[in-house]
Amino acid sequence: MTMPVPNTPDEQTLVRIRGLTTVLSGKKVFDGLDLDIPRGKVTAIMGPSGTGKTTLLKHITGQMRGDAGEVRVDGRNVPELGREQLYALRERIGYLFQNSALLTDFDVFENVAFPLRQHTRLPEVLIRNIVLTKLQAVGLRGAAALEPSELSGGMARRVALARAIVFDPMLILYDEPFVGLDPIALNQVLKLIRTLNQTLGITSVLVAHELEAIKQVADHVYLIANGKVVAQGDPKTIADDGSPWTRQFFGGEADGPVPFQYPAGDYAEALGFSRSSP
Amino acid sequence: MNAQVGRDNIVTQSLGQIGDCGLFLLRILAAVPRSMRHALETVRQLWFVGAMSLTIIMVCGLFVGMVLSLQLYHVLSIFGGTAATGTVVAIAIYRELGPVVTALLFAGRAGTSITAEIGLMRATDQIAAMELMAVDPLAYVVAPRFLAGLIAMPLLCCVFCAMGIFGGHLVGVTWLGIDNGTFWSNMTATVDVWQDIVNGVIWKSLAFGAVVSLIAVFQGFTAPPTSEGVAYATTRTVVASSIAILALDFVLTAFLM
Repeated sequence: MTMPVPNTPDEQTLVRIRGLTTVLSGKKVFDGLDLDIPRGKVTAIMGPSGTGKTTLLKHITGQMRGDAGEVRVDGRNVPELGREQLYALRERIGYLFQNSALLTDFDVFENVAFPLRQHTRLPEVLIRNIVLTKLQAVGLRGAAALEPSELSGGMARRVALARAIVFDPMLILYDEPFVGLDPIALNQVLKLIRTLNQTLGITSVLVAHELEAIKQVADHVYLIANGKVVAQGDPKTIADDGSPWTRQFFGGEADGPVPFQYPAGDYAEALGFSRSSP
Repeated sequence: MNAQVGRDNIVTQSLGQIGDCGLFLLRILAAVPRSMRHALETVRQLWFVGAMSLTIIMVCGLFVGMVLSLQLYHVLSIFGGTAATGTVVAIAIYRELGPVVTALLFAGRAGTSITAEIGLMRATDQIAAMELMAVDPLAYVVAPRFLAGLIAMPLLCCVFCAMGIFGGHLVGVTWLGIDNGTFWSNMTATVDVWQDIVNGVIWKSLAFGAVVSLIAVFQGFTAPPTSEGVAYATTRTVVASSIAILALDFVLTAFLM
């Protein structure tokens, strides 16, 4: 069951994906996926592990190209962009990696300052002020001089978040932003995502599994499975829409439209037992 | 039959790797003008692959010169030609041992660390993070390391040669008693600046520097993002560099002689 995606005008839609089909290692990850990310909203992408949520973000940033379909960001079809155009687009996109991906040669301050140093010729005083502002926002101004190896997983994620927002981008893509955060940091990150969205109008896309956190911050949720959007709606009510997809996913049930087991041969045969007929 | 197929696969894979490496070189050369924006990074890499390799190059150069002088003295003394010790030491070092041994040491010291560093950057998504921050990793990571290797190799080779000659002098003159004037005058009379210094030291070490740096950055950039992948890529850098240095040395010697 694929939920239809309404045709909204481009002014209201920052990311528009139509008919995206991607095959990786013989497996169809996306099968004609249609999806819209509205401007100035927080949109969550959810789905069982291995359904291609991170792959979807890679399509939006042009790291991957699909076999068919189009991925439009701010009106431009990403797969058709040349290197210069793609880099110009990426300067306006922030990306938070699952594993933070901090540059290990630099300390926390220089990690956050890196995009500013690469793309601007701002005076050092201004760079320092911007970086400290962003670090203050994620609660790590005091950790500016630390090396990435001295940070915990949650701290590294917050530094990566400060780096992702250092340019005040039009779009931020968060790949599993809540993993490894303690309740205090989680709450602060949720507030930060919401503040960035409300004060600067930044569009946010969250790939996450934590429904309670998503309920607090997201305006819209897409549930992806079997290469398509199988459910979408308000995060507060999507779990109760009654579809077998949402019932299985949000209820944590092993049986349902999404198989828990990865496709495999006969179990008894794999264990070396032969089935004898009665 | 299977062995034949296996051999074909190895040959095909090797040829494919050489082709990929050549295409990667073109991408690096295309990225060199863009890497000028990151000149400081090139200087930093020059310090790392060049200055930090000085100790091993100097120590090895000294001992190569010393052992060469010792061996030659004993062989030449059979024919009463110990006066030629300095000449032969110098020619052997300038033409062959200097560039080749420096390149082999460079591959082991700097090449492996370049491969491991880039491979780990890829495995930990640092390369992907740069791409997403609209920073070209070829211009920021690869080209500076390639250029640094290209610049550092001839300089390190000169240091190696100087230390080799010093080691040869130390053993030949100070220890074994060859006349100091004979040692230097025979050497300066025989060594040809163009044939031995330019062709031997400069051109060869430039070529070796380019090859070792290319192999190191290529292996790092294309390493599978796993610990085993990075380890295997690092090993391949040493193996491929060593073979390439010795094969290229023969070709260059044949052309430059």
